[in-house]
Amino acid sequence: MELVEKTDQAQAELLKNFEEKINRGDAIEPKDKMPDAYRKHLIRQISQHAHSEVIGMQPEGNWITRAPSLRAKQILLAKIQDEGGHGLYLYSAAETLGISRDEMIQLLHSGKAKYSSIFNYPTLTWADIGAVGWLVDGAAIVNQVSLQRTSYGPYSRAMVRICKEESFHQRQGYEIMAKMMQGTKEQREMAQDAMNRLWWPSLMMFGPHDSESPRTSDAMKWRIKRHSNDELRQKFIDKTVQQAEVIGLTVPDKDLKWNEAKGHYDHGPIDWDEFYRVVNGNGPCNKQRMDHHIRVHNEGAWVREAAEAYRKKKENLN
Amino acid sequence: MNQQQALYKYCVGLGDDALIQSYRLSEWCRNAPILEEDLALTNFALDMTGRAQVLLSYAGKVEGAGRTDDDLAYRRAERQFYNHLIMELPNGDFAFTMARLLFTATYEYYFFTELKNSADHDLAAVAAKTVKEVKYHMAHATDWVLRLGDGTEESHNRMQKAVNELWMYTHELFATDPDVAMLRDGNIAVDLAVVKSAWLQFISRTLTEATLAVPADGYQQTGGAAGIHTEHMGHILSEMQYLQRAYPDATW
Ligand SMILES: [Fe+2]
Ligand SMILES: [Fe+2]
Repeated sequence: MELVEKTDQAQAELLKNFEEKINRGDAIEPKDKMPDAYRKHLIRQISQHAHSEVIGMQPEGNWITRAPSLRAKQILLAKIQDEGGHGLYLYSAAETLGISRDEMIQLLHSGKAKYSSIFNYPTLTWADIGAVGWLVDGAAIVNQVSLQRTSYGPYSRAMVRICKEESFHQRQGYEIMAKMMQGTKEQREMAQDAMNRLWWPSLMMFGPHDSESPRTSDAMKWRIKRHSNDELRQKFIDKTVQQAEVIGLTVPDKDLKWNEAKGHYDHGPIDWDEFYRVVNGNGPCNKQRMDHHIRVHNEGAWVREAAEAYRKKKENLN
Repeated sequence: MNQQQALYKYCVGLGDDALIQSYRLSEWCRNAPILEEDLALTNFALDMTGRAQVLLSYAGKVEGAGRTDDDLAYRRAERQFYNHLIMELPNGDFAFTMARLLFTATYEYYFFTELKNSADHDLAAVAAKTVKEVKYHMAHATDWVLRLGDGTEESHNRMQKAVNELWMYTHELFATDPDVAMLRDGNIAVDLAVVKSAWLQFISRTLTEATLAVPADGYQQTGGAAGIHTEHMGHILSEMQYLQRAYPDATW
């Protein structure tokens, strides 16, 4: 009995120290003591972020062999390579919390870990590659800029590195859209069609409204998350609507209008039924994305085994 | 064929090797056995696309008909492509891709080392840059051939099978013809005999270290220099050239 009380007291002390540290704005580092819930929240969030980078390689990879010019192919290859690199930093950041990349991949395959739902939408035309760079990376940047000041040191440092590359992706995506809007009638139609299909899913990337978002409070208290879903979404809308206007694209929202008093755009209702349907597994490409990742992982097993066997042989020799 | 035409063909062939090889390697992006390999192979594809761009735009200049690098990559018919057949073969499994990369990158390493001394300054400049890149591709492929050759029984068997299947496509890398001989006389083209002996020495040593057998020479598959390709080539082009062909008035 006494022991339990002591442990409770120690726990309370730990939590108090931890929260003081957070409130001072100090970064939490891997060797620091941290509450279990904080560690779990981070593992879930960082691994989800890592998986998103990696699964996101599929819809973009879909156009590598069909990129329409040597320059376009180089830009796309470099972008996807960056995304895979982001996946690597983030897996490493999550590993500092005591989980291995293998375990994270197993959790993804069993459906326990998620990835961003936006990658469950298909890339159907070359304009989708533009729209993904401009809208999806554009939305990701807004979120990631905010996460540069997240409380966990390795995550925050990964975000700083990643943000530099994301802004290139966003500009290059926008350039594809701009070029198509200056092109032939067919190119303009393709660009507008991509905008129509990807606009709303991009807004959904920020997650449910603040009033509906169950995990926001702990994440905000512990400064994992620094801005709310709705704040970030608004920021994205405000900057993107203007960019669309410049190149002559129409935002597919009849309720969209500038609100002079608030200094922001008001937007129409988001289809949350669609959001939850896709998050819960029933989007256009959910099955395809997971099947692909599992198949490639399984097909590569013999390569990983051989590399391991070779490493051991060489180790025994030395 | 006059000297200018021979030089055009020489440059296009080098550009096509890079272009078609980059196409195949880029197919591994999102399909590799570990994320690190997705990145490495994508990166090599990126190097090669860059090399194709420089060589094809130079070929266009040599030709003097106003064709750009993109015109040559995306608007040329199959029979006018002059890459070696080994570049266009489907990826197969990871062992096949790594065996091929060992063969091609080793060839390119010795080839471009020689080409650095070309009397053609444009080609010499491309060669100087390319040697640095392919040295890295060659080291990477060597590591994997060693690992897979001397890894597990399964990986050994797959690697040996890949080496055996690819062998008949390697001779073409060293085949010469009168047009190349003409450029040799002007000190523009590389002496392929020099490249071949260095290649064979390195490959034999590497395969042996990987516990693999060096195949005996048999039937030799050729055709690239005459623009006669495998059946796979048309599928590469129909995919690669799709947008440029479907929307001929568009710029991207
Ligand atoms: Fe990324
Ligand atoms: Fe990105």
